[in-house]
Amino acid sequence: MSAIPQGLPPIVELIAGRPDEDQASLGHLVEPGEVDLSHNVILYLEGITVSFDGFKALNKLSLTIDAGELRCIIGPNGAGKTTMMDVITGKTRPDRGKAFFGQTLDLTRMSEPEIAHAGIGRKFQKPTIFENHSVFDNLELAMKIDKRVRRSLFSVIDDETRDRIADTLKQIRLQDAADRPAGLLSHGQKQWLEIGMLLMQDPRLLLLDEPVAGMTDEETERTGELFKSLAGKHSLVVVEHDMAFIGQLGGQVTVLHEGSVLAEGDLATVQNDQRVIEVYLGR
Amino acid sequence: MRTPFVIRFFTATSKKGWIALAAFAAMTLVLLPLLHLYVPPDSPLHVSGYVIAVGGKIMCYAIVAVAMDLIWGYAGILSLGHGVFFALGGYAFGQYLMRQIGRDGAYHADLPDFMVFLDWKALPWYWFGSDSFGIALFKVVAIPALLALVFGYFAFRSRIKGVYFSIITQAMTYAFMLLFFRNETGFGGNNGFTDFKRILGYPITAPEMRVLLFGLSALMLMFTLLLGRYLVTSKFGRVLTAIRDAESRVMFIGYNPLHYKLFIWTLSAMLCGIAGALYVPQVGIINPGEMSPANSIEIAIWVAVGGRATLIGPVIGAAIVNLSKSFFTQAFPDYWLFFLGALFVVVTLYLPDGVVGLWKRLRRKAKAS
Repeated sequence: MSAIPQGLPPIVELIAGRPDEDQASLGHLVEPGEVDLSHNVILYLEGITVSFDGFKALNKLSLTIDAGELRCIIGPNGAGKTTMMDVITGKTRPDRGKAFFGQTLDLTRMSEPEIAHAGIGRKFQKPTIFENHSVFDNLELAMKIDKRVRRSLFSVIDDETRDRIADTLKQIRLQDAADRPAGLLSHGQKQWLEIGMLLMQDPRLLLLDEPVAGMTDEETERTGELFKSLAGKHSLVVVEHDMAFIGQLGGQVTVLHEGSVLAEGDLATVQNDQRVIEVYLGR
Repeated sequence: MRTPFVIRFFTATSKKGWIALAAFAAMTLVLLPLLHLYVPPDSPLHVSGYVIAVGGKIMCYAIVAVAMDLIWGYAGILSLGHGVFFALGGYAFGQYLMRQIGRDGAYHADLPDFMVFLDWKALPWYWFGSDSFGIALFKVVAIPALLALVFGYFAFRSRIKGVYFSIITQAMTYAFMLLFFRNETGFGGNNGFTDFKRILGYPITAPEMRVLLFGLSALMLMFTLLLGRYLVTSKFGRVLTAIRDAESRVMFIGYNPLHYKLFIWTLSAMLCGIAGALYVPQVGIINPGEMSPANSIEIAIWVAVGGRATLIGPVIGAAIVNLSKSFFTQAFPDYWLFFLGALFVVVTLYLPDGVVGLWKRLRRKAKAS
């Protein structure tokens, strides 16, 4: 370097990187609380171990989910699928291992509401909705908005919220049930309402624990279509037992067994894997 | 477009609710005071001092019942220690009332009688500001709030719920009762505070003062109801009932239940403190008996009898139970606790939604036929 180049970029741009320039070469600032997807990985689990009274629910589990991916997770009962979701959402702290959301957010140090706020939505195995609230209120409460006490005390439902709720109601096909108490919905409708609540949260990553359990075949198919339309914009992790449904979703399949990953690949590869067959059929 | 807060505060209560409130206000703020003060005692229209005293007392209880409903009915947190907040509010104002006695006590000393009896030479530090009416009012709200805030923070942060929470609130009020029973604690031991003479220099037994306290209790009850109605119809209230019904879902959609519970818990304690401060000058005594676990359980019974999560129900419940109590303890003093127990059993078995629930059921039946 012989001379100082003309038109040196301001120092701020040097550090923060100009949007049109290659980010990796100049680096970029960490935005606190924002998901950093610069390496295209949204969820990164490494060596996660969780034991309950000596029983290892998760055993050095390592798993990465790419941004926009739709991933299915299968495994026999007790393979650790639900525990894995508990770790990701902050309900259970791992004994060992790393769990990162994007590049920067350490999930093992965040509380449930913080994780939800950062952009991870979770659907439980058993539909968990507010049975005494109307369908509309259920969606309104889930809406991505400032969720502190001070705001809730004085907030009013604005037009934007109303529009969002109307859109979501259409998506989950509950337009006609908006004012009905959620407790009166059918099982399949409750599942949908819970999915709708996740959508209102506008999460980057959706964790769905057996989302089509108890649904009719037609409802299952429509749910599959909904999920496929969400992939790309959101990342989805679906835990399911229904192989036909997994086949419909496409995408990569991860098989969990005794708390760690047994096999990974597309559905056909996994189904022909000798070890997977053994686990499912018994030795 | 944002609707101004004031408008929403006033629209939170229905038209029918406002009419009922107006009628209640006319009765408690105009009619009863006038009939008590200006109608001669021999007239059949005269309202006796006894009615004013009992009415004022029950309205204080009703404020506590509404405060209890906010936390139990709407947030699903059963406190069996709410009596402690009521009593602390009462004691905080009682300190001021004790200082207002001045040298008119039995020992004609500067210090309250029980301190002279203990041979104390000066007020303990926690009696600071007890000569000032303003500081007394501040303490009435601040002391219950501080206790609730600290206790609630640790309990809710540790995610203590359900019956465990109820039990530790019982333990809390019991511990406070034992503390206040000690003479050395400096609150008059088991006699507590009594023989009050004045408020702001005016005699406390004068009919005008009685009526004023009665009216203030009525105003405070109405304010508590309006505030409660605003809270439960706001988004805050919807989050609160959501916490009651499915707390984990609330957490996973990004609300921190700790802050919500802590807010309503502390507010509830503050309302109880104000009720206690209104109660003490009307009843003329505050002692550690108010902190007994049985008292706090009775508060829960008022709410259950009236109907949980209705706000107006607890007011009705507090009135029913306490009017029966006044009647029973005079007519059949030995049977009051049996009656109370039977009432609770009947309500639990047959009226899960209390008197208000029964009323709604009857109305629906009448409409259907």
